[in-house]
Amino acid sequence: MNASIKISAAPELAYLLRLSDTCLILGQRLGEWCGHAPILEEDIALSNMALDLIGQSRALLTLAGQRSGEGYDEDQLAFLRDEIDYRNPTLAELPRGDFAFTVLRNTVLATWLKLMWERLRDSSDAELAAIAGKALKEARYHQQHAADWAVRLGDGTDESRHRCEAALAQIWLYTPELFEDDAVDAEAVAAGLGPAWSELREAWLAEMGEILGEATLTMPGATAFRSTGKRGLHSEHMGYLLAEMQHLQRSYPGGAW
Amino acid sequence: MLSAASRTDSAWAVLNEVLDPEVPALSVVDLGLVREVIEHDDGLEIVLTPTYSGCPATEVIEKSVIDAVEAAGLGPSRVTMRRAPAWSSDWISAEGKRKLLEYGIAPPGPALADGAVPIRIVGRRQAAVPCPRCASAHTERLSAFGSTACKSLHRCLDCREPFEHFKPI
Repeated sequence: MNASIKISAAPELAYLLRLSDTCLILGQRLGEWCGHAPILEEDIALSNMALDLIGQSRALLTLAGQRSGEGYDEDQLAFLRDEIDYRNPTLAELPRGDFAFTVLRNTVLATWLKLMWERLRDSSDAELAAIAGKALKEARYHQQHAADWAVRLGDGTDESRHRCEAALAQIWLYTPELFEDDAVDAEAVAAGLGPAWSELREAWLAEMGEILGEATLTMPGATAFRSTGKRGLHSEHMGYLLAEMQHLQRSYPGGAW
Repeated sequence: MLSAASRTDSAWAVLNEVLDPEVPALSVVDLGLVREVIEHDDGLEIVLTPTYSGCPATEVIEKSVIDAVEAAGLGPSRVTMRRAPAWSSDWISAEGKRKLLEYGIAPPGPALADGAVPIRIVGRRQAAVPCPRCASAHTERLSAFGSTACKSLHRCLDCREPFEHFKPI
């Protein structure tokens, strides 16, 4: 029961897991702020956003389990996979860093997720479209909140600005992965399941440009570095994150609230 | 033996008394969570729409609905979740909004249309949420997120009372 499960390599499953795991792993990272955020309001905000993300992930994992035909439920998929079977882009798993890093990563990923949910409302899979319709409302609120903070910190004190610049330089290295296509995208487009990730790039750049402009921050330039989390090849941080996230289910198999 | 119509009618009456665990002033019907009650040969099916993806009350609501319907002697029941169309705070009934206000939570205004919603960063004027206690429009938002996912935190600048606002989504 606590042994790892293996998942198939079906492109449809990979497409769903890339999205579900982005929500799940980012939610796990945001949850780490509970009790540690710089002010109480943000402690509540980050925990609330983590709840939304984990809720979205639950719906997607349940769907992925049904569509894969392997009979796995949301808990098995969330807690019993090995690292190589998690499909989130690396950016989601990076350590939470300081508050500037968290705010800017949230800005980047909430903007990306919002654009993704907008497109997924037209998915040929009615259940995925339904999940997207709900999640979109939440992602809009997350993006607005993150953007407000990005402006406040970027256009803030020397210290907050300096931290934003440092965070942005690190985060930007991992953004190309959010817009690169492979066979999974080609299959998803052919099946009408959802957009190729590259299709989100233009709108994402426009919105990020708007937010960073207001924040008086400069969008970093492109580099040759490519992260590979969505293909299962993660950073050194992922194993530690999973050890903490999976601990309870691995130690107490089938444990439920 | 109740007829199908009276059984579903009775179920609606029962559901009208099932309170939301996090906003106990309102029933699940006031909140617009109940889409349909359907009579089947093997019992009643109650179709609910969840509010927020991560709302921790969802499972509790499901259980209280089943318990209440069965306790009322309406036979076995089951709950199914319908996600589409997504729940909107516009579905809270007029009665529900009145109860929210009475409970001290500022009810939601109309939700934005589901089209493209621009991000608003500078010069963003948030419509002031009227204070549920003294009705003053002279209020400010303290926190975008409140004690639950569905609420934000505000303060009245006249009567000085803090209050919660049910977010329009």
